[in-house]
Amino acid sequence: MNFEVIFFFLIAASAIVSAILMVTQRNPIKSVLFLIVNFFCLALIYLILHAQFIAIIQILVYAGAIMVLFLFVIMLLNLGDETKLVEKMSYKKSIASILSGVVLLEIMIGLGLPFGVGFSAMNSKAIEIGTVESIGKSLYTEFILPFEITSMLLLAAIVGVIVLAKKKF
Amino acid sequence: MYNFVGYIVLLPFIGFLINGLFGKKMNSEKLSGIIGSGVVGISFVIAAAIFFEMLKLPVEERSHIVTIFNWITAGSLSISAAYQVDQLSILMTLIVTGVGFLIHVYSIGYMHGDKGFWRFFAYLNLFIFMMLNLILANNFLLMFLGWEGVGLCSYLLIGFWHDKKFDTGGYKPGEATTSDAAKKAFVVNRIGDFGFLIAMFLIFKLFSSLTFEDVFSRASAIIPVGDKTMFWITLLLFLGATGKSAQIPLFVWLPDAMAGPTPVSALIHAATMVTAGVYMVARCSVLFALAPASMEIVAIIGISTAIFAATMGLVQNDIKKILAYSTISQLGYMFLGLGVGAFASGIFHVMTHAFFKALLFLGAGAVIHAMHDEQDIQNMGGLKSKMPTTYKTFLVAALAIAGIPPFSGFFSKDEILWKAFSQGSYIYWILGWVTAGLTAFYMFRLVSLTFEGKERWSHDKHPHEAPKVMTVPLIILAVLSVIGGLVGVPHSLGGGNAVEQFLEPVFERANLILAGAHSASLSAEYMLMILSVLVAIGGIYLARKLYLQKRELVSKMADSFGGIYKLLWNKYYVDEVYEFTIVKPIKTGSDKLLWRVFDINIIDGIVNGTAKLTAFTSGWMRRIQVGLVQSYALAFVIGIIVILGILIFR
Amino acid sequence: MNFNLTEIPLNYYLALSAIMFSIGVVGVLTRRNAIIVFMCIELMLNSVNLTLVAFSAFHGNTTGQILVFFVMAVAAAEAAVGLAIIIALFRNKMTVNIDEINIMKW
Repeated sequence: MNFEVIFFFLIAASAIVSAILMVTQRNPIKSVLFLIVNFFCLALIYLILHAQFIAIIQILVYAGAIMVLFLFVIMLLNLGDETKLVEKMSYKKSIASILSGVVLLEIMIGLGLPFGVGFSAMNSKAIEIGTVESIGKSLYTEFILPFEITSMLLLAAIVGVIVLAKKKF
Repeated sequence: MYNFVGYIVLLPFIGFLINGLFGKKMNSEKLSGIIGSGVVGISFVIAAAIFFEMLKLPVEERSHIVTIFNWITAGSLSISAAYQVDQLSILMTLIVTGVGFLIHVYSIGYMHGDKGFWRFFAYLNLFIFMMLNLILANNFLLMFLGWEGVGLCSYLLIGFWHDKKFDTGGYKPGEATTSDAAKKAFVVNRIGDFGFLIAMFLIFKLFSSLTFEDVFSRASAIIPVGDKTMFWITLLLFLGATGKSAQIPLFVWLPDAMAGPTPVSALIHAATMVTAGVYMVARCSVLFALAPASMEIVAIIGISTAIFAATMGLVQNDIKKILAYSTISQLGYMFLGLGVGAFASGIFHVMTHAFFKALLFLGAGAVIHAMHDEQDIQNMGGLKSKMPTTYKTFLVAALAIAGIPPFSGFFSKDEILWKAFSQGSYIYWILGWVTAGLTAFYMFRLVSLTFEGKERWSHDKHPHEAPKVMTVPLIILAVLSVIGGLVGVPHSLGGGNAVEQFLEPVFERANLILAGAHSASLSAEYMLMILSVLVAIGGIYLARKLYLQKRELVSKMADSFGGIYKLLWNKYYVDEVYEFTIVKPIKTGSDKLLWRVFDINIIDGIVNGTAKLTAFTSGWMRRIQVGLVQSYALAFVIGIIVILGILIFR
Repeated sequence: MNFNLTEIPLNYYLALSAIMFSIGVVGVLTRRNAIIVFMCIELMLNSVNLTLVAFSAFHGNTTGQILVFFVMAVAAAEAAVGLAIIIALFRNKMTVNIDEINIMKW
């Protein structure tokens, strides 16, 4: 048990806890904040996996942009708590829990977890490929086409957002 | 020359097309008549040419098969439109085209002025086409095509004047029209055709082929005599023959078929179509020879029908009905001949019968025409001075059918009776002998009441002799009725029995199987001949005496034998019995059960029910579209679970 | 559980990802606030990202991380557009409760 393993378990546990808390919170602002915590945990896990670029991007884009957007919208809409009608449909929660439990079970079985043989997660080349240079090299040579198309996608998204959210057409 | 046989069949079809498609536009009786008759005449010439060529060939080479085209090839079934030209078919072809040609010419005169003139000739040509297909076919299926085709043409021609009222003699009182008679003919024929069809299925199942050559050679090789399947095949074939040739039990359509124009009665219901049954049985002689029980049945039904119909003909008053019953009776003779194994004699009688029966009908037609559509012989009489040619030819035909030598009828009829006797079936001979007497009697009753004696018609009618175009065929047929028998003079009288010798190769296989007809002595043959002639002369004498001199005796006899007379006059109530036992139950059953219950409730129920089921199910299934996003998400998740489950637990 | 670990085996990363995914499923099926549902979807996307990066490190291939890059880009665009739709919806219906948005039914 070296530091890496302990660190991983801690971060994993906090990721799961924050996820559960996010799902069960009444107040949407609190949900957003817990999700941001989750994203931070994930970024740390990416760092364990030597994926530096992805970790930074995770924080920048997800936690920094998308969640801020969520926060803006929630505050814009001035939503209150979800207090009404909670107790009535409790069977909905139990069914949903059961179903998601089944999904989890199936995924576990399908992957042979957790009793399967543990391959080491780390390749010898893992350290080299996580750097910005290596990702940049792949991105601009092998994956140049999806890259360009993604820019078109983002353009379309921008136009769509502006059109949809205007007060008057 | 054999290869021209296709033209024999094709030409009448072309005549049908020309008259059928353009006849109305041509609007010329002369043109329609010439085309209609001409094609049949040319067919006759070609047939005669083939006949003479056949005579030059040695016996083994006389049978040819000419294939026109390949018709059906399906699995093991291979049928071609092919014609088998052998002695039997060429003889029948000569009869059909020859007598047909004469009747066509006669019709030019008879149907003069009728607005459906072109249609008549079109139908006649179509009939000749179908009949030739039937006769010349080399396989059962093509024969069946012709078989059905002549039934169709019979329907079309019987109902030619489709709105003419028709008296069916008590069976259906009131408003029966010729269309009803035509329908009856077709429906009764259908029952026979059903038998033919089943027989064809059985033949195919047994022999895997429908071609005559294949079936007959295999049959004679591998089927034992008395085989059960062969019995059923031949019985069903004979059922078809009873329908087409008006034997018991399917004869009821022929008297009503007299509703059609007289040339139709002459051609179809005397000379050609009704002999199709006889031809078919003769062609399948091998099959029948292998089933002695069927041959017995054929003979029994033949002779029963002969005497049965003769008794009914005794009391009829319509000139054409008498001739119709006479036809049924003579057909019975032919089947008797086939039933005792005298196939050639049966066909010989077909030939002579075609001559004198056609002549009788055409003569009757001339009389009807002259008397302005009067058909009741009680209103005729004394016509011999007004229509001498018709009278003389009619008399010749009557003598022929009565069996007076040296006219043709004597030789053919006597041949059949002799063959029956020499086989040991004395009962057949006796019944046939009685029938011959009855035939002579009613025939000369007809002649006496129509042509001789006092004139019983009102004097606003002016009967006159028929035009040349009608009398010339009469004369030709009369000549044939006289000399036609000379080709069949039996050995005992010094002739060479050319007909039998000519047809022998066709029936060779059957005769081999039948082998061993007992023969009686020559003196017995002479004795029987003399007896036949005596009974014929007796019948003639009795008829003339009763109807010319002592007519009051006739009405006294009618009264004293009142019951029998009524029975005969109502044709033994056969039509009524059929109506009651068969027709009515079928009609009622169809209406109440099949239509109401089955068709409306079940079939419509299924169709409507399917639609209702679809509506119901869709009404129930549309509730899935709830409009709530989370329900859809739920469905997603369930789907994912299912798919993952399948992938994992494969 | 093996206590002699010196490295984290691949399984554990995948297990973590699976758990986060199913938590996301619970959230999608249960919550009535549309925005919370959106966030749960983002959670599910992130779990997939984790799987991809784990495999990329396992194989020594940058393909996984490139894919994560694109997933993030698309998720960003999707989040933006989705939120715009919610704003437009809110303007018409004055609610973001998805139980009340059910006009498209039979």
